[in-house]
Amino acid sequence: MTLYEIERLSYRYDRLTAIDGLSLSIAEGSRVALVGANGSGKSTLLRILDGLSFGQEGAVRFRGEALTEERFADDAFAFSFRRQVGLVFQDADVQLFNPTVFDEVAFGPLQLGLPGREVRDLVSEALERFGVANLKDRVPHRLSGGEKKRVALASVLVMEPEVLLLDEPTAALDPRSQSRMIDLLVEWGGGNKSVITATHNLADLEDIADRCIVLAGGRIAAEGAPEEILGDRELLESANLIHAHRHRHRSGEVHSHPHVHSGEAERGE
Amino acid sequence: MRRRRRGGFVERTIEGLYQAAQRALDAENSASGGGLLQGLDARVKVAGLLALIVAASLETRLWAMAAVFALAVALAAVSRVPIRLLAARVWIPALVFTGAIAAPALFLTPGVARYRVPGLHWAVTAQGLTTAGYLVLRVETAATLALVLVFTTPWARVLKALRAFRVPVVFVAILGMAVRYILLLVETAHEMFESRKSRGVGALDAAGRRHLAAASAGVLLSRSFQLSGDIYLAMQARGFRGDVCLMDDLAMKPRDWLALAGFAALAAAAVWVGR
Repeated sequence: MTLYEIERLSYRYDRLTAIDGLSLSIAEGSRVALVGANGSGKSTLLRILDGLSFGQEGAVRFRGEALTEERFADDAFAFSFRRQVGLVFQDADVQLFNPTVFDEVAFGPLQLGLPGREVRDLVSEALERFGVANLKDRVPHRLSGGEKKRVALASVLVMEPEVLLLDEPTAALDPRSQSRMIDLLVEWGGGNKSVITATHNLADLEDIADRCIVLAGGRIAAEGAPEEILGDRELLESANLIHAHRHRHRSGEVHSHPHVHSGEAERGE
Repeated sequence: MRRRRRGGFVERTIEGLYQAAQRALDAENSASGGGLLQGLDARVKVAGLLALIVAASLETRLWAMAAVFALAVALAAVSRVPIRLLAARVWIPALVFTGAIAAPALFLTPGVARYRVPGLHWAVTAQGLTTAGYLVLRVETAATLALVLVFTTPWARVLKALRAFRVPVVFVAILGMAVRYILLLVETAHEMFESRKSRGVGALDAAGRRHLAAASAGVLLSRSFQLSGDIYLAMQARGFRGDVCLMDDLAMKPRDWLALAGFAALAAAAVWVGR
């Protein structure tokens, strides 16, 4: 069954085109990675998939329902959609706007009208699951980068969404926090829920996705299984996901390899 | 060797705000620590300390006001608020600023002359001393009680206490978010100036400093616009539809009721004996 159906979608910021006539279909239960360099349209596409932005042209359907501004004016539809779909922003500071970690995680369930006792139970469980129970009374602003990301993830997953949208979940994290974040994502929902991740971190692809969509200039440059995409050096170079790295050997010989900067792991040849 | 000049007005202001943000962190740490007041419900502390501030402002006897001041210091001591910190952050600044305002009263209030300023023949009157004493002591007492609240109650709990006192939820939510993002923007501004400092050699002239200040203000304004838009989207993404729903998880225990009764009795006694 189709989760998202996108037809000839275009989105422009003033004169800058972020999404350019993109068509795409995403199946229920799939784990998809939107891969692309900075400015390729990944974050914009995620916001459109979460019903936060709407394209100037084309159509987006979620489980057969059109995602339009008019549709979101209907409270019943908006509440139902927000329960089903969660988005974790790239900048955790944007998402952590409450005075304490507990309030932060409780925000979503409270907006969805859940009763106080149920919210308290859900929040306590989420804090435990994401290893941030000891931070519950802390001010989010003072947390480390890894802690902020985990709290941001808990604040979305506490609502038990069926679809999770992630914008650069491992960006700016130290290697240990990156690994912990990937583990949390892999374990979430027993691996049966739909996860759409925007990333340019190629080292995580095989762990977080079954299907990769390479974006360049707001269009689909390629799509396929992670191993296919990672094996296509020409594609990765043209999409600015790898670059030639020159270095000098002891003998004085200078040569270059395709090279990926991706946290602790580096994939080269 | 010529001493290098400190940065311009804007840079010094940002540095001051950044230091204030760091002190806010100290206050949060102290508020989460152990101590008599830290263990009480935030509503009791907000209501009780406010009642003492009102009582101090209604006092008409200097000794009664001094007693409320002594009570404020005692509350700080049993709540492990460092007295040196009170002196540095409250007593000395309040004395300097209030003293400047109160000083004319020493000479202008008619009454019995107690002292004459050598050379000027200005008389300091007994009534003038009393008037200035009232003003300085009232400010010192109120500021000490306010700082005791800040250093014994996490900001999030103060916000919840305000909710309990029927302050509109939207106002409380905006207040909480404003403080949260002011700190973030102050840190951003501080990093911008640090970054500029790390790349610059020597001091800028006045025009250069104005240019830098204007450019920094522009960047910060742009950043705050972007941030506010993104925060709104993040709120929408989690179901926000215009009405803020927050959780009330404050619960009064027997000792909180006891403390509330104690605060009420002390405030009433202070007003009664000082009337």
